[in-house]
Amino acid sequence: MSSNVFVELKTPITGTYKQPTGLFINNEFVEGVDKKTFEVINPATEEVICSIHEATEKDVDIAVAAARKAFEGVWRDVTPQQRGIYLLKLADLLEKNLDLLAAVESLDNGKSITMARGDVGAVVGTIRYYGGWADKIEGKTIDISPDSFHYTRQEPLGVCGQIIPWNFPLLMLAWKVGPALATGNTIVMKTAEQTPLSALVFAQFVKEAGFPPGVLNIISGFGRIAGAAIASHMDIDKVAFTGSTLVGRQIMKAAAESNLKKVTLELGGKSPNIIFNDADIDQAIDWVNFGIYFNHGQTCCAGSRVYVQEGIYDKFVAAFKQRAQQNKVGDPFHDETFQGPQVSQLQYDRIMGYIKAGKEEGATVETGGERHGDKGYFIQPTIFTNVRHDMKIMKEEIFGPVCAVAKFSTEEEVIKLGNDSNYGLAAAVHTKDLNTAIRVSNHLRAGTVWVNTYNALHHQLPFGGYKESGIGRELGEAALANYTQCKSVAIKLN
Amino acid sequence: MNLFLRPRCPGSVPLWRHLYKSKGRQVYHVQHSLRTFSSSSPFFTNIIKPNMEVELTAPNGKKWMQPLGLFINNEFVKSANEQKLISINPTTEEEICSVYAATAEDVDAAVSAARKAFRHESWKSLSGTERGALMRKLADLVAENAEILATIECLDNGKPYQTALNENVPEVINVLRYYAGYADKNFGQVIDVGPAKFAYTVKEPLGVCGQIIPWNYPLDMAAWKLGPALCCGNTVVLKLAEQTPLSVLYLAKLIKEAGFPPGVINIINGHGREAGAALVQHPQVDKIAFTGSTTTGKEIMKMASYTMKNITLETGGKSPLIVFEDADLELAATWSHIGIMSNQGQICTATSRILVHEKIYDEFVEKFKAKVQEVSVLGDPFEESTFHGPQVTKAQYERVLGYINVGKEEGATVMMGGEPAPQNGKGFFVAPTVFTNVKPTMKIFREEIFGPCVAITTFKTEEEALTLANDSMYGLGAALFTKDLTRAHRVAREIEAGMVWVNSSNDSDFRIPFGGVKQSGIGRELGEAGLAPYCNVKSIHVNLAA
Repeated sequence: MSSNVFVELKTPITGTYKQPTGLFINNEFVEGVDKKTFEVINPATEEVICSIHEATEKDVDIAVAAARKAFEGVWRDVTPQQRGIYLLKLADLLEKNLDLLAAVESLDNGKSITMARGDVGAVVGTIRYYGGWADKIEGKTIDISPDSFHYTRQEPLGVCGQIIPWNFPLLMLAWKVGPALATGNTIVMKTAEQTPLSALVFAQFVKEAGFPPGVLNIISGFGRIAGAAIASHMDIDKVAFTGSTLVGRQIMKAAAESNLKKVTLELGGKSPNIIFNDADIDQAIDWVNFGIYFNHGQTCCAGSRVYVQEGIYDKFVAAFKQRAQQNKVGDPFHDETFQGPQVSQLQYDRIMGYIKAGKEEGATVETGGERHGDKGYFIQPTIFTNVRHDMKIMKEEIFGPVCAVAKFSTEEEVIKLGNDSNYGLAAAVHTKDLNTAIRVSNHLRAGTVWVNTYNALHHQLPFGGYKESGIGRELGEAALANYTQCKSVAIKLN
Repeated sequence: MNLFLRPRCPGSVPLWRHLYKSKGRQVYHVQHSLRTFSSSSPFFTNIIKPNMEVELTAPNGKKWMQPLGLFINNEFVKSANEQKLISINPTTEEEICSVYAATAEDVDAAVSAARKAFRHESWKSLSGTERGALMRKLADLVAENAEILATIECLDNGKPYQTALNENVPEVINVLRYYAGYADKNFGQVIDVGPAKFAYTVKEPLGVCGQIIPWNYPLDMAAWKLGPALCCGNTVVLKLAEQTPLSVLYLAKLIKEAGFPPGVINIINGHGREAGAALVQHPQVDKIAFTGSTTTGKEIMKMASYTMKNITLETGGKSPLIVFEDADLELAATWSHIGIMSNQGQICTATSRILVHEKIYDEFVEKFKAKVQEVSVLGDPFEESTFHGPQVTKAQYERVLGYINVGKEEGATVMMGGEPAPQNGKGFFVAPTVFTNVKPTMKIFREEIFGPCVAITTFKTEEEALTLANDSMYGLGAALFTKDLTRAHRVAREIEAGMVWVNSSNDSDFRIPFGGVKQSGIGRELGEAGLAPYCNVKSIHVNLAA
């Protein structure tokens, strides 16, 4: 283990720790072949945290070879039960180190420490959940006729390339590796270049949990280099990507042009959050607020289009504005902080661009609309009203603390508005009426519909998108299907 | 050697030709020229002995040849001692005909036939797809004979003809087709425990199933029992209720016509304590499925314990219907009426206890009363306008009236009905009866009456409503009326029952599991859940290190 693949860092709440900076291949941290590095920025201070080794195509090749060797060797002979034991052990180690992982997440991503702890708790839950699935991956026996024996096996796909975003670095990693490892695949995981740190800390526990070398490889690097190499690699059997719809398309094309690897995609969204006249208005406002401002609006399923029925519209807007202004924006390491900085200068600029567009198109800024403070990528919680359906801020994913509010009169109208989007990731309905809730949620074209709540994700519940929001499902039992292929065996008896 | 080989009608296409068959197996004998065995066929008449069927004519002018025998091995036969039971028309109190009633010896013959069929290639070697095709054929025949079946049901049971035709017969067709679809979708599992072992499970039929059904829905109860049992590859001895022996005997004709091999489905009439008991105690019967009273269910469970049979029981109920203060009262009144007054109140899931929030009690009761007056039209079940026919038998009629008297004696108020209601001086008719001022300790609030008699009481809080609802040894159905999303799902979970209807009652569906908790039963019928009681899971371990 060479000393230049670790660096001593400090977080404000856990003190100093040893941060790995290398590429995690074959259970070891190594430098890249080309010895390139890139800088990691603290979004709350705009200062450099450290430099990290960058993977290029050559490193992707090495990682894929390691994963292939493990898949065809040691990992194949590991029993499903033992795969489960490794995952449970990993979950225990992550739980034991929850504070450190949460602190690194806050440092790197800028999310508030309270939210980061929640993320790591969900990571532990996800890994443990899939640990329980490992010995329950079952095929079927199919009785076709007395003189034959037919059965199916759900076999692993092989080497899986996984590319994750920066908004929930550890949680997205857990969503990806949990089902892939439970089903017996091996992995080359590329983290987001904005937030590589927590996954490298995580990697240490992978080794400690006892996973054989090469089963889970984690590399840091850029999408257009390492990510592209994964998507077009001839020896990767599947690519799973979470990120923007734009990049999702490129990945799908690259997969098609290379070896037709299996693809699952979790992409963008512009999710409608619908409040009916009969909703409990205080509760609805809490959930609308959480729906858009949770994680600084950097949530693919954020409820960024808010439709309020005309009977309560004025009352709702006044109260929602007040509620948004109460959100504590500031230092991620402060316990009471709800909203930290956006992840990067680039994201900050992009969001401010959308706010500017909203203003220019004639929408009304009810609150926010400006930078918060003068250091770090902070943006005020922003509400636009008088938003027309054709405005950019109503149609495009902003991925920041900005929501567009509009009025509707009938159920039929709001279903039409809600579905009038290229996206279909999530949606929510707020009502006290039993039948409205079920009827409207049945009509919404979205992978997740929340009723009287928002952003209530759980590892037992499948998550994924309709339309241009994605292909496939993560979480729940459904995710297992994304990481297995069915083999039918037909035996003639006589 | 094939005992069951039958000649085919020239020109007809044997069913098995349409089906998947592997080489070397085409000898068996699901030959079913599908129209060959109709009773009018010259080929067939010499098999049926002249006194084994009788021509009947119903008030609606329908005529049919009514089988009278025990249906064993695809033949109608007399009982060993030629004993019979009389079927009475509950509308006129007149005898319809007499049918043969099984003795223990006859039960033994039926079980032997079922056992033999279970082991015989003609059934055992059928693929699931082929079993499904037979079941679909039977469903088609039921559809073709819908009017006759509905007529018999109406005549024998007393239920309105329109209900029998438009609800009960379609249910038979639906259930048979639904389970026909499952016949090739009942999978085992392949369980990966590592490279050293190959492990899998197969779903196997249990064997000979004894099925005992009640008189309230003779055809539907037969279908609920036969559907999953045949789907999974079992053979059956089905005992009908002595009160309503006729319609399912007619179905037996169609079973033969559909081409089921002899012995796969045997249908017998007889008394519970004789034929029923013999079936439950028979050592060659692998499973007993019973629908009927809780008292009989307990007897059956005890008797079945000696040979440790697999059992499922669908028994009694005293199902609550709760009307919350925010309910749509018009809707609640409509369904409350359906929930207790349909089928003359002879439904195990009848919502016979109505619990109403005190704030809306008066308004609800008025609406409910109006609904009963408007919809519950008494009369000849063959009349199109009739909603409410007679109770099934004199005994049931007297039992219901007995409960009504007890209710009066215990001090409840008779708000409607409360007396016999003969039509033209005849028939076991009981007026739709509504009790108010009912205390939870009263017999009419606690015991299953199985008639058109409902007990209404009030509550103040959701908690009190739940306590009242759950204060019963039964747990079959439950209904609740509210517009509140949260309350609907919360109360639905808290109620101790196998089925909960939100804003409806007795709204059952063959795709949705049906069954009871507490003393309302064991196991589930209908839906995918209905398959589990009819198969064994066999686990096969293959040592790959050998």
